[in-house]
Amino acid sequence: MRRFSRIRPPGLRPPRGLRVRLVVAFLLAVAFGSLLTAGLTFHRARSAILERTEHTAVADLRTQLDSLAPDLPFPPTAEQLRGLTLQLDRAGGSRAWRSAASYRSGPPVAAGSGAPPVPTGLRETVERTGQAAFQHLDRDGHPWLAVGMPVSYADDPRRPQNADKASGLTVYASFPLSDDEADIAALVTAAEAGVLPALALALVPALFAARSVLRPVRQLRSGAERIAAGELGTRLHAEGHDELADLTRSFNTMAATLEKDDAELRRVEAGARRFAADVAHELRTPLAAMAAVTEVLDEDAASGVMPADTADAVRLVSTETRALARMVEDLMEVSRFDAKAAPLDAVQVDLCTLVAKTLQLRGWSDDPRVTADLPAPVDVRADPRRVDVILANLVGNALRHGAPPVAVAVRASGDDAVVTVTDHGTGIAETALPHVFDRFYKADAARARSEGSGLGLAIAYENALLHGGTLTAANTPGGGAVFTLTLPLTVDPDQP
Amino acid sequence: MARVLLVEDDPAVQRGVTLALRRRGHEVEVAASGETGLLALERHRPDLVLLDLMLPQMSGLEVCRRIRESKQVPIIILSARGDEIDMVVGLEAGADDYIIKPAGGELIEARMKAVLRRVAPTQGTGDPTRAPAGPERHGALGVDRTTLMVTKQGTELALAPSELKLLLFLTAAPGQVYSRQQLLEQVWEHSFYGDVRLVDACVMRLRAKIEDDPRSPVYVQTVRGFGYRFGPL
Repeated sequence: MRRFSRIRPPGLRPPRGLRVRLVVAFLLAVAFGSLLTAGLTFHRARSAILERTEHTAVADLRTQLDSLAPDLPFPPTAEQLRGLTLQLDRAGGSRAWRSAASYRSGPPVAAGSGAPPVPTGLRETVERTGQAAFQHLDRDGHPWLAVGMPVSYADDPRRPQNADKASGLTVYASFPLSDDEADIAALVTAAEAGVLPALALALVPALFAARSVLRPVRQLRSGAERIAAGELGTRLHAEGHDELADLTRSFNTMAATLEKDDAELRRVEAGARRFAADVAHELRTPLAAMAAVTEVLDEDAASGVMPADTADAVRLVSTETRALARMVEDLMEVSRFDAKAAPLDAVQVDLCTLVAKTLQLRGWSDDPRVTADLPAPVDVRADPRRVDVILANLVGNALRHGAPPVAVAVRASGDDAVVTVTDHGTGIAETALPHVFDRFYKADAARARSEGSGLGLAIAYENALLHGGTLTAANTPGGGAVFTLTLPLTVDPDQP
Repeated sequence: MARVLLVEDDPAVQRGVTLALRRRGHEVEVAASGETGLLALERHRPDLVLLDLMLPQMSGLEVCRRIRESKQVPIIILSARGDEIDMVVGLEAGADDYIIKPAGGELIEARMKAVLRRVAPTQGTGDPTRAPAGPERHGALGVDRTTLMVTKQGTELALAPSELKLLLFLTAAPGQVYSRQQLLEQVWEHSFYGDVRLVDACVMRLRAKIEDDPRSPVYVQTVRGFGYRFGPL
């Protein structure tokens, strides 16, 4: 089909629908079959009609000659030959032939001027074989039959038996085949008249066959579309035992396997998430009791009433309890993101104000290690609490892993508000760059556990995505690391 | 120094919170269930209730509603459930603030102080010229900053401490628009990034008490895209 379309000019492509192709193929097959049958039948019938005509013409001519030739003196004169043909023409009757006669190699003599010239080919054949011969001719666009017949002495008792039977007299007769032509034309008309109804009738089973093939194909297509759309419960009705029914059954098996695997995956995944959330939640109650008393421990450790070892131990417990509490908080936040249960409480707010507030709350406003470049207000739609989480994590991370000064800058760029947090440390290793936002990822496996939970940057990243923004990490040409947060600048006043 | 009723079923949390608060000079009464909590409320007359939400039998939410039916004592929910929906439901039940466990003694005390401070009269602390004698009139509302009484068409309204403080703050500057972050900082003394659901829930409860039709409020109005304001009437 493809090769076919290549040789066609553009715009004349073969129909692409399976239904049209099936119907056309069916009709072509029917047309071919009926044409072949009609052609063979026509050919046989035409030969039979012509043969019959030839035989009757020869028989008629012979009968006439048998009655007229004995009266002819030999050798006949041209006048006598003309008389013979005149009699033959008269006796021709319904066939209305035009006859001519020749003696030896003399020219054929015809009765009237209406007779067609005797074809040379016919004369030669008759002279060579001494037998009756036929030739079809075309006269004024109409088919004629010419018959040549040598006359013998067979029935003349005056001739010796062993003498040459040929008398030398040859009679030619030609007549139009108009009746036969009409019969043949009727055959053609009948064949033509038969083809169209046959094709029209063939259209019905063709459409029916196309429909019976197309229905399962269409069903399979819509089934595949539904599976692709996530409806894994899709099953198709398979009936019959043909290839398409087998295909439909295979489709159903595939869908069932997919559904089972998908359900299993979801179950495992949901189980894992729920477990993480449950663990974090269950840790909260004992941590709540411990966290409430960390300050009591700190005070007593600092008061000097305890032995030095005990005071150290108490401080350790207090510090690690706070770290554990922070980590449990971060785990809860991560499991909220995983469960898609993290709400975005966005308001219209100036990003510079948010940055200034975050630095102030964390005690970084007066910290010489942190500088802020907040030239002009940049209005964004954002959740202040979540932006605070992002900024606090980025600045805290830069202070822990980079080197001061840490520079925070806010600017508007196109449709985005951009915050960059740049440090002046040694930067992030190339191999670590793609993983800095992974959970619990440590760029240096040998490095001691830092005060962060290992989830800070992952949470910052999720928070940026929740805003429809991005968070990326890179290295500056100077060697430090730079984290870039972009938030969309869209202004939507329909929210308090 | 405040008298605190802690309604909490977990013994470790009971001991931890009691220890931390007693260290800071507060008097703590513990109830291990909602039912005993309601009884202790009558018997001890605490200044403030610290309420866990997940309690055996009667839930913390139910306890909160029961207390609010008759009392304006400040209630702070102390819960391990930190999801937004838990917080909103707790606040709608009438709590004044919400602390997610685990929390240090310092934070708990800071929240307690903020809640207790908001019900103290403004006398002596502010500008003397800002303390007018007698109630202010705002439409059908009467607000008396000295006696801390709010009336509507002469009938006294029973407002929870956070509701009263929010109303006093907003009526001090009618027409002035405050963002939710600002209200959180000023009224609840949370950090700028505290949960603004506190403000929304409190506004909703306040409207239910002072508005004729809470769905089309005239006193506490929403300014879309920014926050809330009182009036203009």
